[in-house]
Amino acid sequence: MYHLLRKLGFYLVALWAALTVNFAIPRMMPGDPVEIMLSKLGQKGPVTEDTREAIEALLGTGAGRPLWSQYRDYLAGLAHGDLGVSVVFFPAPVSTIIGQTLPWTIGLIGLATVISFLTGVGLGTLAGWKRGSWMDNLIPVTTMFQSVPYFWLALILLFLLGSVWPLFPLNGGYDVYEVTPGWTGEFLGSVVYYGTLPALTIIISSIGGWMLGMRNMMVSTLSEDYMLTAEAKGLRPGRIMRRYAARNAVLPSVSGFAISLGFVVAGSIVTEAVFSYPGIGSALLQAVGGNDYALMQGIFLIITLSVLGANLLVDLLYSVIDPRTRAQS
Amino acid sequence: MSPKLIAGLALGAPIVIFGLVGPLLVQDPARVGDIGLSGPGGEHLLGTTQTGQDILAQLAYATRGSLIVGAIVGALTLLLSGFFGIVGAYAGGWTDEAFSLFTNVMLVIPGLPLVIVISTYLPERSLTLVAIVLAITSWAGSARVLRGSTLSLRNRDYVKASRVAGEKRWRILLVEILPNLIPLLAAQVVFAVIFAILGEAGLSYLGLGATGSFTWGTMLYYAQNGLALRLGAWWWFVPPGLLLALFGAALALINFSIDEIINPKLRNQTRSARRGWRMSREQLRKAKEATL
Repeated sequence: MYHLLRKLGFYLVALWAALTVNFAIPRMMPGDPVEIMLSKLGQKGPVTEDTREAIEALLGTGAGRPLWSQYRDYLAGLAHGDLGVSVVFFPAPVSTIIGQTLPWTIGLIGLATVISFLTGVGLGTLAGWKRGSWMDNLIPVTTMFQSVPYFWLALILLFLLGSVWPLFPLNGGYDVYEVTPGWTGEFLGSVVYYGTLPALTIIISSIGGWMLGMRNMMVSTLSEDYMLTAEAKGLRPGRIMRRYAARNAVLPSVSGFAISLGFVVAGSIVTEAVFSYPGIGSALLQAVGGNDYALMQGIFLIITLSVLGANLLVDLLYSVIDPRTRAQS
Repeated sequence: MSPKLIAGLALGAPIVIFGLVGPLLVQDPARVGDIGLSGPGGEHLLGTTQTGQDILAQLAYATRGSLIVGAIVGALTLLLSGFFGIVGAYAGGWTDEAFSLFTNVMLVIPGLPLVIVISTYLPERSLTLVAIVLAITSWAGSARVLRGSTLSLRNRDYVKASRVAGEKRWRILLVEILPNLIPLLAAQVVFAVIFAILGEAGLSYLGLGATGSFTWGTMLYYAQNGLALRLGAWWWFVPPGLLLALFGAALALINFSIDEIINPKLRNQTRSARRGWRMSREQLRKAKEATL
């Protein structure tokens, strides 16, 4: 129980830090984001006093109010789910845009990461089990793919499979001309078809890391004494590999999820840019392009919160699969 | 010298030399020519961009730019992760708690979105500034790894012995503990350099990189904007990406060989090596005779 509370406490601190970073950045940076946003909003339509106050609460104000009361206003605004109005997608509020784009990204990254994790760990297990085999020699090749930047791989895949051999569509999230969104088989098929290439990019670039980590842990685990005991008992090799070696070797991969998730999110932003995928990464770039600070801050906040949430889930899962972390407390 | 280290150095060293010497030998990378987009050959060994700029010249300057970013981030990561990881873990108590909390919080806040947000507010970005922002958002992973090993080292018997012998605290840290962390530090720095160069490339590709300087990422950005992909101008977008991939692979190979130094279990485990442990037929026959 203590262990659980400690974990939750940490995530509360992390949440507070994320909110505060989000509060501090626009106020610390040079320039006057509020004026830029208000003048842009003014071009699109009349700016009410409420809108002005909401934007000032988000991005800071020159009116010399104490930082503390600004901070309180900002937190109060967030508590109501008020993230301001977008300039690029005027007059839609930021929360609506995020609501529309987030499912695309979570679907794409979530599926691609799960596939990549499972395949990578599986292949890493085999490579570590049969060290020195052809499979083991595959590891440097996959790590080379990892050091290829996401967007370059995406460009090459797009060039080969989109332009040279047109197997997959060049951009978008689904066929906007033929299909209407909804829970129909046709639409889902289109989503899968359009998502294959972006997902493939993420999988190819990230699978090497999982494979290498798992392989190295397998090799380390295989030299443990209990492995020798298991072999001496005459257990079947498949059982030794899965129940004795892989089960212990997978733990660091699971706990390393936190570090890798940041990379995957970063990579997917760039991947979405290449494929013009209708996810949150594309929205972030549009916000950046149009100096839409409210949308940008909102998206940064949501990305951070999603990563925090995913980490919390993995952490809780970890204390289920590794009893030692619970026993310590 | 393991074969992996040799391969890594053989791949990486030419790229570093190209980045150091190349800019001295080529023409001005920004000079516009009147021949337009043209393929490799003749006066321009790697062809030109659509405004007739020499790709080879750009590549030389871009290599230098990317290496500078890598070097700055590597050095800063060494400092930051060393401070928060090693010093924190060695000091113990509340310092350790606070440092490790800070590290973990930095770890779960995703780096690239933060860099994108910060870059958007800064209209003029120098290469150094981009490198510093990348370093600030990326040191945490290394710090956590270093903290783990420092914790295990500071409880070793030989450290306790030197404490009993009355050595000063900073001397124990610098002379007894730090040398054992050097391979790990090296691995973390190499990793940070890979990360930085890739991160900078991604950032530049989005148009948020350093303004007015050449890196592999900005070359790809201009290639993308110049529709190099649609026009099939492979000599424009393949070389920077290829150098990125090769340099990344070289550093990864160097990291593998450092890994094998840190963790001897990973060494000598090839199939051919283990075959050598088997008894030969001669030995088996003798063993049989001896037991009968």
